[in-house]
Amino acid sequence: MSAPAAAIAFRGTAAWRRNLRLHGWTVAVWLVLLALVPYWRSLSQQDLEFDLQAVAIDALPLCFAAMAQAVIVISGGIDLSIGSMMGVVNVLSAKHMIGMSFREALAFSLLILVLTALAGAFTGLIITLSRIPDIVVTLGMLFVWQGVALWIMEIPGGGAPLQYSDLALGSVGSTLIPNALVVVLVAFALVWLPLRWLRPGLAIYAVGSNRTAAYLSGIGVARTRVGAYMLGGVFTGLGGLALTASSGIGDPNAGVTYTLNSVAAVVLGGVALVGGVGGLIGPIAAALVLTMSKIILLLRGTDPNYANVYQGALIIFVVVIGGLLARKTRS
Amino acid sequence: MEGAVFRPLRVSCNGMSKQTAALLEARGVAKHYGPVAALRAADLSVAPGEIHALLGANGAGKSTLVKCLSGVIRPDTGTISFGGRAVRARSPMHAARLGLAPVFQDPALVPDLSVTQNLRLTGMPLGRVRAELAAMELSVNFNEQVGDLALPVLRMLDLARALARDPQLLILDEITAALPSDLAERVFAVMRERREKGRSVLFITHRLAEVIAICDRATILRDGRDVGTMVPREGGEARIVEIMLGPEAARAEARAAELSEDDVAVAPDARERPDAVAADAVLELDGLRAGNVQELSLRIAAGEVVGVAALEGQGQDELFEVLAGERKPESGEVRLRGKPFRARHPYDAIRKGVVLVPPDRLLALLPQRSVRENVAAPHYSTPLRWGPINMRDEGRRVRHAVDALQIDMRAARQVRRLSGGNQQKVTIARWLASGFTTLLCNDPTRGVDVGTKRQVYTLLRELAADGAAILFFSSELAEFPLVCDRVLTVYGGRVTAELPGPAADEASLLQAMHGLDLEEAVA
Ligand SMILES: Nc1ncnc2c1ncn2[C@@H]1O[C@H](COP(=O)(O)OP(=O)(O)OP(=O)(O)O)[C@@H](O)[C@H]1O
Ligand SMILES: [Mg+2]
Repeated sequence: MSAPAAAIAFRGTAAWRRNLRLHGWTVAVWLVLLALVPYWRSLSQQDLEFDLQAVAIDALPLCFAAMAQAVIVISGGIDLSIGSMMGVVNVLSAKHMIGMSFREALAFSLLILVLTALAGAFTGLIITLSRIPDIVVTLGMLFVWQGVALWIMEIPGGGAPLQYSDLALGSVGSTLIPNALVVVLVAFALVWLPLRWLRPGLAIYAVGSNRTAAYLSGIGVARTRVGAYMLGGVFTGLGGLALTASSGIGDPNAGVTYTLNSVAAVVLGGVALVGGVGGLIGPIAAALVLTMSKIILLLRGTDPNYANVYQGALIIFVVVIGGLLARKTRS
Repeated sequence: MEGAVFRPLRVSCNGMSKQTAALLEARGVAKHYGPVAALRAADLSVAPGEIHALLGANGAGKSTLVKCLSGVIRPDTGTISFGGRAVRARSPMHAARLGLAPVFQDPALVPDLSVTQNLRLTGMPLGRVRAELAAMELSVNFNEQVGDLALPVLRMLDLARALARDPQLLILDEITAALPSDLAERVFAVMRERREKGRSVLFITHRLAEVIAICDRATILRDGRDVGTMVPREGGEARIVEIMLGPEAARAEARAAELSEDDVAVAPDARERPDAVAADAVLELDGLRAGNVQELSLRIAAGEVVGVAALEGQGQDELFEVLAGERKPESGEVRLRGKPFRARHPYDAIRKGVVLVPPDRLLALLPQRSVRENVAAPHYSTPLRWGPINMRDEGRRVRHAVDALQIDMRAARQVRRLSGGNQQKVTIARWLASGFTTLLCNDPTRGVDVGTKRQVYTLLRELAADGAAILFFSSELAEFPLVCDRVLTVYGGRVTAELPGPAADEASLLQAMHGLDLEEAVA
């Protein structure tokens, strides 16, 4: 029984097919965003700078919330406490920043980010140590943080230095590049990019994709999941600070909507809720699309109550179309 | 250290060589999962430079022992020493650093990452893995996503990844179960090479012929305990089976073996009725094209087992997928009982009585659900059966199927906790319980132990005798003459030869499977 020892080359998927599957969705979301821009401009009576500001106010916190949710969902979890933790950061920063100089406010922001990272890690630890499903633990944390926010500040108040608000609302020099965009890109480049191509980032994908295989490959599964929640905490902290900067005030209920909107942005941004698939660029674009579509509906004079219906329908529509196309590209 | 190549000493049964220090020495290793004793007390000793087989029936505890050795789980009790030092691997990574590299029973590669990313994840230099693959004369596109690769490719990647560490002890848990014969040959070559270098291999398999051909010694587990260490070449298959199953079971087994040999002797007579066969052809394929399948035609009559023998990727998987309703054929015709058969969905196929035992059991099972639900699952889907489930009837059907295949029900609450072979049996049991007219078996005995394999063969013959049409593929060539009435060899998506079952010995099959002309090769 001697088999001729011919070389065997395993054939697989064509490269274009693979790339389409891996990156097609992200590209499509960005194209949708680009398509929305001229329509939005055609509806608006205001000058561009004002318009961009209006988008940035809404979009910046959501972008960060989406990034936080994306990292956690990729690792195979989900975090329902993002919105209310943003609320805590919002009131905490507004309460203390009101009398601060810009520099002090920046230093204080760093301190807050450390705290939110620790809070995220804490949530992750509870999940991995207790083996209670993510959704249950973070649902509990949602109420905890809501209570904490009200405890810190019962009625809206506080504020932030003007220069600090400029981080969210201004633009670079006299040009039309919004500071908010720069802030998001910097956070993305500093926090996520280095991880994405190194082992910790790969481990986040691995753990979300197949926990057993990841473990057998020698990944510290619990450690990685806690790390993902910690990273989520950092982005959530940034989201809360963005809330303070863009609204200029602390409001214990301001964060509430961001939890579900972050899930919407993640789904729309091409991250699979089962984990292991997607990235952060897609959810960022999706957050912008969501904000932009809301503004467009307002500009068209749609009743705000109906606006939610339209937006919900849009999400389902896009995801269904995407799902159908994805099935076609699968080999 | 050239020249210091260790030659394994021939030791008598149960004896351990006193002269040489063992590389791996495990004593009284035990592991319980709640009330289930996966491993009761196992001793294992592997010498340097030997290929050591670890044998035992499904659920005997082989994989559990491997997991204990390689740090995946912590044994409850027992000591392990490696290279003369007491060790307790804390994680697979730690075990790898100690010089112990396992290839587990199920692939340990992350599906959503590319091969490159998977290797970087474990800090493995790409070049080394590529070199190991090249040494086995294989090439894989490392940009490929692991989820897109076929199971045999994943097994070879797992192997290359383990080899790249150049471990003192390489552990292979049923690696050959999912491999076609040409790839299995390469694995054997690698194992021999390891031995030449003075390294050791712990090899788990259910194919005793492999054990006898390459293993220096074998340790046999039964019901969580080691029941003997022997030199396979001296003992032979019969002795191994006897130790493995226990003396009484082995006697019953021997009787069964004789019977199934009688079956084979009977089979050709049954075949000699060409008119009858043509009359009740159940499944007919005409010029089928799909993926790797090029112009494939075949027919299966009621009461007939038709074998398909092929190397990896010659179209056999697509053939099964089309028939099971998982894939659309590009062209060609499929007829079921003379009527065009077009299954758009496995549901269609199952309703028409065409059912599949898939090669990758993980795809077919509901891992979190019980054995009972898994076996009864096809039963739930017909609208007529909506409404209350007839628990009594279901229970009876399931029990019958479980008994027929001797499924180990100790961890039956969740199928994912069963041993690999027992999971495989569940995929077969499902169709026994729900009934069918055409059974498509794509490597049904993958990872199934010797005793049960025989039962599967007998079962298939019985089902055929009752009028079922059966299409049978196996990666273990020795199975064809035991099961099939006719064997078709497929190469490049076409049928290259047809052999009567009893004449389908390994040598002729291999010739035809490589696309060589039979007559020419004989001459
Ligand atoms: N996580 C678990 N929970 C409960 N029982 C388990 C678990 N893992 C394994 N078992 C049980 O332990 C026993 C031994 O399993 P193991 O996988 O070691 O068998 P094996 O010898 O490798 O069999 P096979 O040849 O089928 O692979 C089986 O009865 C199995 O059901
Ligand atoms: Mg096993």
